[in-house]
Amino acid sequence: MEILFYIAAAVTVLATLRVITHVHAVHALLYLVVALIALSLIFYLFGAQFAAALEIIIYGGAIMVLFIFVVMLLGPLAVEQERTWFSLSAWVGPSILALVLLGEVGYLIASGDHPTMAVAEPRQKAISIALYGPYIIGVELASMLLLPGLIGAYHLGRRLSSEARSC
Amino acid sequence: MLSTPALVLAIILFGLGLIGLLSRRNILYMLLSLEIMLNAAALAFIAGGARWGQVDGEIMFLFILTLAAAEVSVALGIVLQLSHRFRTLDADAFCEMRG
Repeated sequence: MEILFYIAAAVTVLATLRVITHVHAVHALLYLVVALIALSLIFYLFGAQFAAALEIIIYGGAIMVLFIFVVMLLGPLAVEQERTWFSLSAWVGPSILALVLLGEVGYLIASGDHPTMAVAEPRQKAISIALYGPYIIGVELASMLLLPGLIGAYHLGRRLSSEARSC
Repeated sequence: MLSTPALVLAIILFGLGLIGLLSRRNILYMLLSLEIMLNAAALAFIAGGARWGQVDGEIMFLFILTLAAAEVSVALGIVLQLSHRFRTLDADAFCEMRG
């Protein structure tokens, strides 16, 4: 259990180092996705299955897809960049790090010392009760944050498209 | 058992994100560094919650996730606007507000 944590921590730090030192945006994003998946494995090892699933779905899925869409929108020469983005060397580093994580998950499944659903279920119940009990004001504040975020993103994106049409 | 190494890892990740934020001038990489720092804070909360056997850490993680989603959607819209107006992603070029 401890050695799994240290391997995942090493993968996270290595991938994060590559993120902040890489000059190519898409390669940096690939490394950041690997770092997020490794962090999700660490969350799982700490018994926070719900947080681990959310880390992959929302961070690794939604937020990283937003970043990749913006990088694609910013790229002026799509064909030239397409050739460099799909080179083999871009995938080697993240693939090796992801394979290490895959091995860890396979070991966790094979060894069978992962927390079962019987342990996880009361914890999810406790989270839900706390979220809508003592933390209800936080949920309301989060909804008040998300609505201006939605309107702001819509406003910024809409003015860009209208200006692009005018010129 | 693993709470101290997890906090050390959170400090390392936060430091890496801070170094990236201070050293890069590309606004997209500055946003990526902000994401790394938010993740380090989330890891510290999860480790603390697991250490004390409470669910508050995971609830704070949910709030951090909400904050990150709202922040990224607005910030990427701003990045698109700036790149459309200034034709660059250099953070030093956006000095119209004389900040």
